[in-house]
Amino acid sequence: MPTQVTVVTDRQQDVPRRAFVAQIMGLPMSIHVRGPQALRPDVAAAVEAAFSQLHADEAMFSTWLPDSPVSRISDGRDRLVDAHPRIRRVAALCELAGHRTGGSFAAWLPGPDGRQRFDPTGLVKGWAVEQAFTALLADLRKLGPHDALVCAGGDIAVACHRTDTPSWVVAVEDPRDRSHTLRSLELRTGAVATSGTAARGTHIVDPATGTAADGLLSATVIGPKLTWADVYATAAFVKGVAALPWIATLPDHAGILVGTDGTVSTISGIKPAAQATRGSSLASTR
Amino acid sequence: MKKIVLAVMTTISGLVMLFSYHTSTQNVAVTTPEETDSGSAQSDAGTTTTAPSATASASSTGSASSSGGDGTYTGDAVETRWGTVQVEITVENGKITSADAVQFPNENPRDQQINAYAVPALNAEVVKAQSASIDAVSGATVTSNGYLESLQSAIDAAHLG
Repeated sequence: MPTQVTVVTDRQQDVPRRAFVAQIMGLPMSIHVRGPQALRPDVAAAVEAAFSQLHADEAMFSTWLPDSPVSRISDGRDRLVDAHPRIRRVAALCELAGHRTGGSFAAWLPGPDGRQRFDPTGLVKGWAVEQAFTALLADLRKLGPHDALVCAGGDIAVACHRTDTPSWVVAVEDPRDRSHTLRSLELRTGAVATSGTAARGTHIVDPATGTAADGLLSATVIGPKLTWADVYATAAFVKGVAALPWIATLPDHAGILVGTDGTVSTISGIKPAAQATRGSSLASTR
Repeated sequence: MKKIVLAVMTTISGLVMLFSYHTSTQNVAVTTPEETDSGSAQSDAGTTTTAPSATASASSTGSASSSGGDGTYTGDAVETRWGTVQVEITVENGKITSADAVQFPNENPRDQQINAYAVPALNAEVVKAQSASIDAVSGATVTSNGYLESLQSAIDAAHLG
């Protein structure tokens, strides 16, 4: 593994930890496992199984492979109603995503010829990673208490089954200087997804206008599930500054937006402690 | 920057008008956020916000600063598909630094449980790139080609078996 590594020390030397990396769906996918079996072949096999499932989803959902099942639906050779249950599941989730984002997410978009083309790519990555991660956690459970983290090209899911470990620390990169981070947050269970144009140039299209979104430098959403954190991050990026109040209305989700002038805004749902406080102040004001 | 504030306030007002929600909950004074130890990491602790009583527009208490537009703004409670939501926005030096739900649907015990872990501390502290404590970096999609230059690759490399 060629790298130009600086100093990154392990804070938890006593709990074995190992990272695995694979290139899938054109993305670097990293899985970290910590726990008693982390350095043993059983964990490596479980991680390999997760990577295999992702490779299978890549073959099924790729829009780059001209004869993938999704490509055949996209160009009209096959019908969605006849598709594999996983594809129909994703199509249904895309519908739900369009609904939940007020139209800021869409899997059916007009192609160059004006005909509607099916492209669920915006949801598939997060969904496929979440599915593979869930399966991995089930496998790891059989091997004892393990924590795990997956990072798929900048979208992250974490889980902790141990109680003696520190929370996973997820940093959000600075879209203006990708070698630096803006914020960090501690998570034991949940997901963090960022949408932006820093890595690939402008490529996120507003389904409502058909033009590239440019209202923000990046949008990060934190929530319980990677599928939805990913969808909401994409939608937030499309919405631009209007995403500020929008994210605050999403139950169980928080966000970090970076404006085009570099302004960092944080959005959080109310915390249970604050809820209780509010309840008491509510009582006292009446 | 004023434009952005306006845009956001317009959105809130728009939401309010869309959902036009009128019940007694609207008249409740909301006191935040001393006890919220995080969330709006940049908002001024001790800022007191009063929800607008019956008007549809957002109100400002502006206790934090004298510069134009600074302060905390609270929109009306609005009905969403998930329940009643009320949003508070903090403006500092003419820039929005946080937006937080001050009223949130949580009648369902399951929702409360999810809230407990899904809304993590947003640590305002700037973390340096080479920090030893970072486990993963969330950012715009990294391609396979860009991986070796990414922070994530350095973190991974420290733990590859």
